[in-house]
Amino acid sequence: MTVAVVVFPGTNCEHDVVSAIQRLGGEAEVVWHRKTDLSAYEGVILPGGFAHGDALRTGAIARFSPIMSEVSRVADAGLPVLGICNGFQILCEAGLLPGALIANRDLAFICRFIEVEVVDTDTVLTNAAEPGQRLRIPLNSYEGNWVDPSGTGRVVAKYTEDPNGSQHAAAAIANERGNVVGIMPHPERATDDILGSEDGMVLLQSFINVLVPA
Amino acid sequence: MKVRVEVTRRPEIADPQGTTIQRALHDLDYPSVTSVRVDKVFHLEVDGDSVDQVRSQVVAMCREVLANPVLEDFEIEVTP
Repeated sequence: MTVAVVVFPGTNCEHDVVSAIQRLGGEAEVVWHRKTDLSAYEGVILPGGFAHGDALRTGAIARFSPIMSEVSRVADAGLPVLGICNGFQILCEAGLLPGALIANRDLAFICRFIEVEVVDTDTVLTNAAEPGQRLRIPLNSYEGNWVDPSGTGRVVAKYTEDPNGSQHAAAAIANERGNVVGIMPHPERATDDILGSEDGMVLLQSFINVLVPA
Repeated sequence: MKVRVEVTRRPEIADPQGTTIQRALHDLDYPSVTSVRVDKVFHLEVDGDSVDQVRSQVVAMCREVLANPVLEDFEIEVTP
């Protein structure tokens, strides 16, 4: 059971994600954004970075990469799809998650550990976590301020402080079905003591838990 | 034809950049500034037979990619 970790020009967290999935006993492969078939994979992760240099808006060009129609198909089929940081922005631009991400309230690029609280454990990112569980994970973003005029976004985890102005202090949100999740902080960077925290493990473990053979 | 597309963030959506610039203008002793919004302007050159045809093409481009319908509106000016 293998997770596709999609790489766009400018993505830069793919190896961290692959390594974290492998540490948890899962299998993951880097997949180029021009690929048009994901049928060999049981889940998809869009990792962080600066896809297409963030031209126009974060995620706005990546959304039209050839692989994205396949990501939509996989999401519609109910397979787990996770966007981390820039991947979250891409999922919003693609309409697979509600809302959009704009510049942080204080216009600062935030790069530090923050704490999030899990508020919904019925998603592909949180099924192994306890409700109310607090996790220390690095945040590393400029456009991390989630706005959702539709009011339909389902908050999965929220910041225990308010670092960036995100609506409902949301750090992670899901679609209605809970199989597509976007998270702004980086769980893959909190998967080893040497990185300063292992709190991201429970999130990626949740993702691995729901993989079923294709 | 030359086409000017202005993409504006809807008034109810925060514009952190505008807020920061407004604060700076107040610091520079321009207290009369009551609002700043930063928007985008695109200058396109588009081949086409009529203004209406070009306009409808650019409307489609705005809906598809140039504007984010979640946050933004757009205005188009076509100069033949």
